[in-house]
Parts: sequence; structure tokens; C-alpha cells
Amino acid sequence: MKIHEYQAKMLLQRFGVAVPRGFPCFTVSEAVAAGQQLGAGVRVVKAQIHAGGRGKGGGVKVVRTDAELEDAARRMMGMQLVTHQTGPQGQTVRRLLVEEGVDIRQELYIGMVVDRTTQQVALMGSAAGGMDIEDVAARHPEKIHTVQIDPGQGLLPLQAEVLARQIEVPEFLVPQARDLMLGLYRAFVESDASLAEINPMAVTGEGRILALDAKFNFDDNAAFRHGEWQDWRDFDEEDPNEIAASRHGLSYISLDGNIGCLVNGAGLAMATMDIVKLYGGNPANFLDVGGGATTEKVTEAFKLMLSNPEVQAILVNIFGGIMKCDVIAEGVVAAARQVHLTVPLVVRLEGTNVALGKQILAESGLPILSAANMDDAAAQVVAAVRR
Amino acid sequence: MAILIDRNTRVLTQGITGKTGMFHTRLCREYAFGNECFVGGVTPGKGGQDFEGVPIFDSVAEARRETGANASVIYVPPPYAAAAIDEAVAAGIELVICITEGIPVRDMIQTRYRMRGKSTLLVGPNCPGVITPGQLKIGIMPGHIHQPGPIGVVSRSGTLTYEAVGQLRELGLGQSSCVGIGGDPVNGMKHLEVMQRFNDDPATEAVIMVGEIGGSDEEICARWIKEHMTKPVVGFIAGMTAPPGKRMGHAGAIISGGQGTAQEKLATMEECGIKITRNPAEMGRTLQAMLKG
Repeated sequence: MKIHEYQAKMLLQRFGVAVPRGFPCFTVSEAVAAGQQLGAGVRVVKAQIHAGGRGKGGGVKVVRTDAELEDAARRMMGMQLVTHQTGPQGQTVRRLLVEEGVDIRQELYIGMVVDRTTQQVALMGSAAGGMDIEDVAARHPEKIHTVQIDPGQGLLPLQAEVLARQIEVPEFLVPQARDLMLGLYRAFVESDASLAEINPMAVTGEGRILALDAKFNFDDNAAFRHGEWQDWRDFDEEDPNEIAASRHGLSYISLDGNIGCLVNGAGLAMATMDIVKLYGGNPANFLDVGGGATTEKVTEAFKLMLSNPEVQAILVNIFGGIMKCDVIAEGVVAAARQVHLTVPLVVRLEGTNVALGKQILAESGLPILSAANMDDAAAQVVAAVRR
Repeated sequence: MAILIDRNTRVLTQGITGKTGMFHTRLCREYAFGNECFVGGVTPGKGGQDFEGVPIFDSVAEARRETGANASVIYVPPPYAAAAIDEAVAAGIELVICITEGIPVRDMIQTRYRMRGKSTLLVGPNCPGVITPGQLKIGIMPGHIHQPGPIGVVSRSGTLTYEAVGQLRELGLGQSSCVGIGGDPVNGMKHLEVMQRFNDDPATEAVIMVGEIGGSDEEICARWIKEHMTKPVVGFIAGMTAPPGKRMGHAGAIISGGQGTAQEKLATMEECGIKITRNPAEMGRTLQAMLKG
């Protein structure tokens, strides 16, 4: 799960990390009031969307007067903000963060992720913080310094100080930078984060270390112990189809093709998309119905796929395993009837009672094309779309 | 011979009184020598009862003492599953297979940390388990699609493993052992550790390695294969068409920062002498062609 910058900053503050004074705003008038409360002088209006790269897309504006602030808020609120992470359609801005301006002397990068290989949390830092950190990571990986954190000991103050010096924090501010990193690590662990970034971590003219931007992703598996995530979730930032899918225990991701894919298991679902592409087709979605493909789940899955007007054919690929193919076949037939399916449907079933399953499909009276294996299924569904 | 498990393995089910634990313990006991191999179950507070004749104990330590079990399989719900692994490790169980899906990564980091220096092997979590066809099945895979034979299978995914096994069966190629290592970012055995065991196993003549986008386990294994593997390996990576930054069901199946793409993995595997296929329907035939050639 992702949260907004202002939420991440509230979380960091709880762990003693210094952030600029600021207020989240849901309307232009709230933004104006927030600006006045911050007082005269330089302030910043920041669009709150989950995607990064907001500055380059016009989602961050430094203002000097109340009039400029109101103008910036008016332009930003409701705009379609396009960044390299939103896709070409962009994301609607519905929330703003209005903050006091900061006299920035240095922009540094601090990030934290779970390192799969070492099975520990890794802390990363770079002197080259700011908007181009992805470029830096790709072109100059030597400019990113990494610290492995022992799960038993946690981040050691000395490790944080060494990293602070590596990323060129002025010597008198090393203790402040160290404390920020220690706070970030506690926030990361206690809130079950999967990724956290402070980019930039600013060195200011007044001699402070501030988290100027903040990004947090959480591990969805830990939702059961974080009731507050319910309040932090912003459904406007999520694909409505993906929300509907998660309600029914389905895993769904929209793609830009025209062949709907319904599969059990994430690996097989990806492999099914791959083989569709290999045969010259284009998958319209990733859809994993999970282990128990019940009639209800399959029906919901069909509804989801068909809510996409681009879908011109559907491929069902179920390796039944322990589930019986006749039960799955009945589920597919019931679902196809309920949604009044009009596009071609190719079904590949494998597992126990496969013959009985195929018989049920054949006798349903529905225009279902039965496939013998994955090759056959992909060939048939691609041909169906071409017709 | 086989790897990890055979008819002499003695297994406990942790979470034996839950719906999943009961269902799969029953199916595993019905498969080959399962009836002799499954010697006990653990559910705290239900010690002294039995499940279809399998004695239930309050703790893994007690169950191990009473039954001599050397392996355990875990179906405990996600909030308690990492603690169940810890308990099995502390009791000195040699092989722990965790089926549970949805364990928080933070819990697994701590559990893997506590396992350092211990000899217990962990398979999973979020995996289908391990099967040695004709001998013993520990996990949720369909037993009937497997048959004994010379091919080892190692995979990060569940149903895609069944797909590979199904293709082998069509071609009359049986399996020595099949290991589902699971798709979670922090887990137990990796492709590499399973591959090393297949290399040492006289019953295994060739291996199918099924990977997914994300992480670098397949690349690490491929480099080891180049230096040490004496048997042919066929590889497939799922997720060639997956968009970056999207989580495809498995926590593991996500590409971030251009790392762990299918193209990258396949290129490394090919360089290291693995016969790769880009068509998931060709895993079995690619292996067969390799054995003939």
C-alpha cells in the first residue's frame, strides 16, 4: 500500500524526524488559510498524488505571496498531473500540501528497502539527491552508498554516521543526519514498510537537516496489525477495478491489450500473458483467481474483465490441481451465463476430472472453445480476436 | 534416491486442526507412503487428541520427542506462521516446509535472522511444498499428476510448477523430486540450494528451473550452474510481459528499478549454459529435446 507525502511526514514526525511545517489541504480555500497560518515569506504548494516525479510535471510550486499561493493552489487542485510514473493519462490532484519554504543548501538522498538477497533491511544514501536520483542510480551506481542493517541489532548509530559522512553531510550536522536515519529505521520497522525514501533530505541555511519529501510503501501482508492504514488509504489513487478485485480476493491488474486472461496462480497467470504475447496477441489484464476458483469468484472475474470495453476475447487457463475440473467448468458456465457473455471464450482446463469438465463446457450450449493445452489456448484466442 | 524428502521422512503437521491443515494432511496421507510418514500434528491446546488416528501434540518439541519426526509442514495462519517456523527450528526439526501465504516480511526477516547458524532447512513460505513422486508428498500439489523418474523440478510458483510437471507427464518423463520454493521476498531455500542438491542426487538426470521476475535468485543460481552443474538444465521465467512496478499477485513478482526483468534473467541463464525457452508450453519438450540431443 502507498500513502501520500503528507501522511508519510506525519508518520516520520512520530519517530522524531524533522520535517518542514505544513498542512494538508483538500480545497483551495484551505490552502489559502494554511498559507496565511504559515506566515509571510516563501512557501511551497505540493500536489499530493502517489506517483513520483511531481516537480517536473508542475506539481510543486514555490510561491512568495498569498496571491501567488492562491493562484498555484487553484491551478493545481483538480489538474491531471502527468509524471513518468503516472502514465500518459496522469492522475487527478485532489489534495495539496502547503509548507513553509526552506533555504536549501544541499539535497541528499536517503532510502530504505528490504534486500531480498541478504534478507535484511538496507539503508541507501547518496550525495546526489533531488529529482534525478533514478538517473544517478542507473548511470553512477558508485554514488549510491548502501548499509546493511543487522535485524538483531538494528541500525547502529556509528553506521548512520559513516553514511552521513559518505554522502557529504557537513561535519557539524552529522549527529542530526544520524538521528534522522535512526528515526527512519524505527518508522520503517514499526510500520511494516516495504520501501521508504527521503528525497531530498535537505541541509538548510539555518543548519538543520530536514526531510523535504517523504515516500512510504507498506507491506500489505501486515495490514492486520495496522488499523490506521484504513484511514490512510486513498481510493482515488487506485484503479477502481483493482479495488473491486481485492474485495473478492482476486488479484487484478489492467493492461492495454484486448484479450482478457483469467488464471489460477500468479506464476501461471504471468506465463499465460507471456504466451498470448508470443502468439501475437495482447493481454488486457493480469487476473489471478487464487487457489479456490469458486463460481462466485469466477463470475466476479468475468465481470471485471468485461468492464473493460477493449476486451474482445477471453482466455481461461486453470490448472485445477486438487480442485476438480468439473466444478471449475460449472463455475465458468454459470459465470458466462450470468454476464451474458458475447465475446469468444477459450477455456483450457487441466487436472482431476478433466474429461467431465470438458463435457460440461461442450454441453452448455455456450460458444466456448475448448483448448487442449497452453499453446492451443493461446493460438485459438489470438485467432478469435483477429476474426 | 531423491532430494529433501523420501519414504523415510517423518512429518508433523503444524496447524493440523485448521481446515487447510486437515484437508491436506488427509490428501498427503493418501499419497504413496504418506500414511507411514505423517506421524503427528501440533495445535497448542489440543494435545492428546488425534486427527484420523494421527496424534496431536501441544508443542513441536513434544511431538518430536514422542514421534521422532524430522520434518514439519506449516498451515498456520499468517499472523502466527513465522512463530510456528521459529518453534520448529528451536525443536531441532531438520526440514520445515511452510505453505502459509501472506506472512509479513518483517516477521520473516526476524525468523530468518534467528535461523542463522541453525541447521534447519526452510522451504517457503507461500509455496506448494515438496514431493518425491511414488514416495512422499508434503504440501498442496496434486499428487496424481506426478510420477517417479529422473527429472528434478524447482520453481517459485505453484500452478506453473504443476504445468511443468503436467508437460513432463505427457512426454512420459517422471520426476525425482519437485520443490516449490515460494514467491515471497524473504524465504528459505533458493533456486541455488535446491539445484546443488539435484546435482548431488544420483536419481536426478536433468532439471527444470522455473523462475519469475523480481529479485536475483535465478541469476545467482545460473552462475553456480555454469561453474559446477554436471546435468542439463532447462529454464523458463514468467513475467516477460509484466509491466514494471506492478505487483503481480506474489510479493516476489515485482520488477523495480529495472532489476530482475525476465529478459535480464533469461540472458544470464542462457550465458550460463541453461537451455531457456520463452514459451511456457515448451518446458517439457525443450527438456526432452535436450536429453535426446
